[in-house]
Amino acid sequence: MIVVIDYNVGNVRSVCNAFGHIGCDVRLSCDPSEIEEAAGLVLPGVAAFGYAVRALGSLAELIKKAAMGGKPLLGICVGHQLLFEQSSEYGLHEGLGLIRGKVVPIPAGQRVPHMGWNLVKMADDMDLFAGLGNEKHFYFAHSFYTDVTDCDAKIAYTDYGFNLPAAVQKGNIYGTQFHPEKSGDVGLRVLENFAGICNPPSPRLRRTKRRTKRC
Amino acid sequence: MLTKRIIPCLDVKDGRVVKGVHFLNLRDAGDPVELGARYSDEGADELVFLDITATIRSRKTIVELVEKVAEKVFIPFTVGGGVRMVEQIDELLRCGAEKVSVNTAAVENPGLLTEAARRFGNQCIVLAIDARRSKRQGGKWQVCVKAGTEPTDIDVVEWAVKAEKLGAGEILLTSMNADGTRRGYDIELTRAVADAVNIPVIASGGAGTLEHLYDAIVDGRADAVLIASITHFGKYTIKQIKQYLKDRGIPMNL
Repeated sequence: MIVVIDYNVGNVRSVCNAFGHIGCDVRLSCDPSEIEEAAGLVLPGVAAFGYAVRALGSLAELIKKAAMGGKPLLGICVGHQLLFEQSSEYGLHEGLGLIRGKVVPIPAGQRVPHMGWNLVKMADDMDLFAGLGNEKHFYFAHSFYTDVTDCDAKIAYTDYGFNLPAAVQKGNIYGTQFHPEKSGDVGLRVLENFAGICNPPSPRLRRTKRRTKRC
Repeated sequence: MLTKRIIPCLDVKDGRVVKGVHFLNLRDAGDPVELGARYSDEGADELVFLDITATIRSRKTIVELVEKVAEKVFIPFTVGGGVRMVEQIDELLRCGAEKVSVNTAAVENPGLLTEAARRFGNQCIVLAIDARRSKRQGGKWQVCVKAGTEPTDIDVVEWAVKAEKLGAGEILLTSMNADGTRRGYDIELTRAVADAVNIPVIASGGAGTLEHLYDAIVDGRADAVLIASITHFGKYTIKQIKQYLKDRGIPMNL
């Protein structure tokens, strides 16, 4: 089961709907025991960073512990930004610090918010983008972006007058600045890939399949 | 590169789409959920649902509608009409809307924009402006409220600039003079606002041909165009629109 963290911010319903649509066992929850038992966690977010941090409260430590223990974690939009160390949106706020980097305003010269469908150049070794080709459009809606300084993180970029990190992966921790749940069929494929990471087919099943194929 | 957006607008009254939409093969041409899903499948970049009754009763209907649309449609959609309080914005976002538009309430209480932006981020707060050419002040536009029925003394460009500072993340700019004429968007108005603010501007009102959309984007500098009758009545498909604009050099998600 995938648990979408319910922490009183907008957008939670659409994330659940999207996972439900692709046939995933998904639950919206803030129950610590369900979070601990989940195969994977999703941290959504339509909120200002500071509000999201306050709303997350004590769940932050729980999520951090789960992610550091190897549980797949996907942050979306502000949830993606929360994975980093710090944000300067409406004052300075500490994030979860799972990935090194800061959340900073989009530089002058472009319209802000960065709103709409932008082309993401996908690094082919990023698990979220498996089977999606080299580049696809995804839906963005944000005014701040993540300045990633973590050498261990893989990054996919989009062009917004500069190279804007559109998605990151550091081990079992994933983040998308865009909204996969609002990016049509391509976005649903990204969520399917995350579901596959959370619930890989068991080795036994795989063996059975292979055997069946050989026969 | 960020693409320009094509946004069909569905006017909803008592939970049904009005203005008539003439798609083929629809079981029910007035069902907002089915129409939204159809536009999404056709390649629309976003959708706008406007509750044009906006009564206390219809508010409940629109929340139910948002829930149903969010179960079927996996592209962003904005909901507006009669939104007056932060709690209403919260409810609509939680049910699955990506953005909420405010109009009259923001004019009466500009602090609403700030309060909402601080809580939800400005990217989900759309300011809808109904603009009418002022007869008294030549060449200027005045803000109209209450579904365009009440003109104010507020200048459209000044209001747009102020609203951006207060927390609006996008402007849905409707020319009341052009709306329904199918003679093209008010390019002068669109450009005046698009040049004055740094947030995205959606041009609305007057689209009749594909060239009108091109003009709004290139000459009006709009980031997105709202369309209604041009596709509702089957004159063009979203794909035809996008192909035309792409062929003329405009970045499209096609």
